[in-house]
Amino acid sequence: MSTSTSVVGASPADGLPDHPAFLWRNPAPKPSYDVVIVGGGGHGLATAYYLAKNHGITNVAVLEKGWLAGGNMARNTTIIRSNYLWDESSGIYEHSLKLWEGLEEDLDYPILFSQRGVLNLAHGLQDVRDSRRRVYANQLNGIDAEWLEPEDVAKVCPIVNISPDIRYPVLGATYQPRAGIAKHDYVAWGFARRADEYGIDLIQNCEVTGLDVAGDRVVGVQTTRGRIAAGKVALSAAGHSSVLAGMAGLRLPIQSHPLQALVSELLEPVHPTVVMSNAVHVYVSQAHKGELVMGAGIDSYNGYGQRGAFHIIERQMSAALELFPVFARAHLLRTWAGIVDVTPDASPIVGLTPVDGLYLNCGWGTGGFKATPGVGWCFAHTVAHDEPHPYNAPFTLDRFTTGALVDEHGAAGVAH
Amino acid sequence: MQLIPCPWCGDREEAEFHYGGQAHVAYPDDPHGLSDAQWAQFVFFRDNPKGPFAERWMHAAGCRRWFNAVRDTATHDLLAVYRTGQQPPQSIAPSTGQDQAQVATA
Repeated sequence: MSTSTSVVGASPADGLPDHPAFLWRNPAPKPSYDVVIVGGGGHGLATAYYLAKNHGITNVAVLEKGWLAGGNMARNTTIIRSNYLWDESSGIYEHSLKLWEGLEEDLDYPILFSQRGVLNLAHGLQDVRDSRRRVYANQLNGIDAEWLEPEDVAKVCPIVNISPDIRYPVLGATYQPRAGIAKHDYVAWGFARRADEYGIDLIQNCEVTGLDVAGDRVVGVQTTRGRIAAGKVALSAAGHSSVLAGMAGLRLPIQSHPLQALVSELLEPVHPTVVMSNAVHVYVSQAHKGELVMGAGIDSYNGYGQRGAFHIIERQMSAALELFPVFARAHLLRTWAGIVDVTPDASPIVGLTPVDGLYLNCGWGTGGFKATPGVGWCFAHTVAHDEPHPYNAPFTLDRFTTGALVDEHGAAGVAH
Repeated sequence: MQLIPCPWCGDREEAEFHYGGQAHVAYPDDPHGLSDAQWAQFVFFRDNPKGPFAERWMHAAGCRRWFNAVRDTATHDLLAVYRTGQQPPQSIAPSTGQDQAQVATA
């Protein structure tokens, strides 16, 4: 290109609109905070927001080793529902769903929350019995749930193959009409913007490398951007929770596994709801943009590498094709993996630790996205009052010693 | 697909194998003497390091024998495989990333 034709002072950007306002600042870490939240994913950001909004605590930093909401918040399949079996789970998941229903107004930010309903398919007689039991339990807890026979499944989602001659025929499904999906990035950005408005520092590229414990109390964190003193430290780091807790000498009943998901190319609207199948290890919805979004079961081995094996994807696709023959010509666009923190009972750990001032939110495994506002609310309460909110009180670390497990393998919806 | 070197059969595809979790977790020597907290450690708690990890695999679609491996959980590199009953090579120290449990391990 010749420079003789350019006009002095003109820039190719001159004709473009102004850069949009940033949703949050990028502050340098201060030497000290009242509360340091480790992990800038959905849970960490929601916790920060509710610390400020509900408890007036704003001298808070959220430390994120990568970029905001770039971990599991960017990798999940965005399914939101509250149809878990036990009363303890109903409490926190339904609290979360109710918050989802008002979240767009609360955050004053579009999150594309779409209550398009979730079907959980049953493929065997025991599946049917367990599913109906879960429906009745949900109804007793005031949660919208119904049992659908195969013909009614097809009315809700016409593209599901309900013919009786497939390998794992659809014998019915549980249906939660208020369940649905949301746009995960927008959720994170909405919480981040609000937290930032309260003066909370969202600090990216800041990895925690150590926890400073004096006596029985946590007093600060060591990071790649220097030491930060902290009155309280709230861990919310999903797959890396064991690594972080180990820095304070805590051992967690958690195994970190890759969990894979994928999207197809963009398609016209074809799939009106969310379909999950525990037995054949696939769950499918169609994003607003048009991609089919599918999730698999976890890869069997422990891993922190954010990648999994392709045979998992192959199995997932074969299951999806049998349930949805219409997908046969859809092309796979991308696959990816997140690292999920799996507990022995498929329920989370949210609460106090043996170290004073150190709080734990982890173990959400394959299903943490739906809990984002609910756990943010409860975890903020736990940190602010140094005692759990009633909704997270059952999800203690010591339930693995007392035996008061909350076994949600049946409702978790993902093979473990 | 990742190849896993079965100590008996050689390199085979990952899909032929079944995962068995952490290796060298022995049944408690004195089960009657364990407190609830110690039982919890044995039943529910396992190491979960980011890095070398000693773990069990079974060649389910091959010789159907169990063996041990040290694998890096961050890179998925298989650093060593060795037979059941043997200890990991001295040159590769599997990290636990955690304090050892108050449970007898062998």
